[in-house]
Amino acid sequence: MIVAQQIMPLFDWDWIGRNLDTIWARTVEHLALTGVALAVGMVISILLAALALWKPKTYAPITSVTGLLYTIPSLAVFALVAPFVGIGNTTEKFITAEMALIAYTLLILIRNIVTGIRNVPPGVREAAVGMGYRDADRLRRIEFPLALPVIMAGVRIATVTVVGLVTVTSLLGLGGLGFFILDGLRRSIIFPTEIIVGVVLSVVLAAALDLSLLVLGRAMTPWTRRGSI
Amino acid sequence: MDFLSEVLTWFGEPGRWLGSDGIVPRTMEHLWLATFPMLIAVATALPSGVWLAHRRKGEFAANAIVNVGRAIPSFGLIILAAVFFARAGVSLRFWPAVVALTALAIPPIFTNSYTAIVTVPPQTVEAARGIGYMENEVLWRIEVPVGAPVILTGVRISFIQVLATVPLAAVLSSGGGLGQYVVRGFAQGPAGLVEVFAGALLIALLTLVADWLFSVGERALLPEGVRRLTSADTRAAASVS
Repeated sequence: MIVAQQIMPLFDWDWIGRNLDTIWARTVEHLALTGVALAVGMVISILLAALALWKPKTYAPITSVTGLLYTIPSLAVFALVAPFVGIGNTTEKFITAEMALIAYTLLILIRNIVTGIRNVPPGVREAAVGMGYRDADRLRRIEFPLALPVIMAGVRIATVTVVGLVTVTSLLGLGGLGFFILDGLRRSIIFPTEIIVGVVLSVVLAAALDLSLLVLGRAMTPWTRRGSI
Repeated sequence: MDFLSEVLTWFGEPGRWLGSDGIVPRTMEHLWLATFPMLIAVATALPSGVWLAHRRKGEFAANAIVNVGRAIPSFGLIILAAVFFARAGVSLRFWPAVVALTALAIPPIFTNSYTAIVTVPPQTVEAARGIGYMENEVLWRIEVPVGAPVILTGVRISFIQVLATVPLAAVLSSGGGLGQYVVRGFAQGPAGLVEVFAGALLIALLTLVADWLFSVGERALLPEGVRRLTSADTRAAASVS
């Protein structure tokens, strides 16, 4: 497809100055694609994790189905969804992209929620029962907060994974920062600046979100820093 | 004609299986593009991870390498590699993908090899030293066999990731194995969706079969005693949960 051996200079700083608007718009698109995938993925994962905790026998089938979704290559997932949702307009493209991105978050999120809650020490659970906490209250006020570090670790991995995968949606005509990666390659003369900007900003975005979630997670669990558990 | 029967027709077109752009040559290309980087990655990352862990060195590197590896988008990495190769005037069909895929394959292998050795129970190592094992024997006869399941899991995770990323190399050239169908189809918009879907089915099937074959092979590769150890572990874990 692309056989062009012709290539522009390695880095053209002026291009960034001329295209700040586009870069900003694509960064916002990248964040939107990532945010929606994580939000919807989190809701589905909480429901499925609750099911797995309530009926332990469902955990194995849930993890094998979500594991299957996780094993199928991202490009194939986009491609398997695309014919049924369509790629005719931006809404259809967005839904296609989201279905694949959401599918990738499930295994990581569900596994961390379930492991986190199950690893709450039995003594703590008994103490809560002894103090009169009923199932739902105990889950919300005792088990969930104690499981938060493990759950947040899952959220961080899922976030970083999705930020990387969003770049692949450029093949559908979306892509967030991935748009620059593909566009730079598909010009009649390869334009490295655009590709480097796309890759570097995508890594920066992943690192920034990862760090924010780390800080957020620490703020939500102040007791972990005193080493009291 | 509805969509799925169009897909079936696609599979039946003349030359679809054995022609130069057929499914069989594309599958072979796919497997070769995945295997070659894997060989390089296993040959470098596995021994260095094992050795550094044995000497208890480079813990920071072991953690950092996996985080950095996860944050770099594989799609971007392949295309960046292509840019540098294009500048050097090399064909885009093979080498850019190999370099990017090797970089992608290294983190899980390195980290798992490192973790495998570090997490061998210290009393096991002490016992080995106690009965007079030399340094090399501790490594080869205790740490490596006991750590083997975790090491092999790292290799499998890597292989599946690489196999999943090969199709992205199709944006560079006429290569990219089975990814060629999907990328070519997407470039045609809605008209190309039949080819997109057919290609995706093949890629998904190949990955799932490879994953399954690898997990079967993994057990066969483990030393007899370790295999019994791990199955006892899994049973114990299963009965707890």
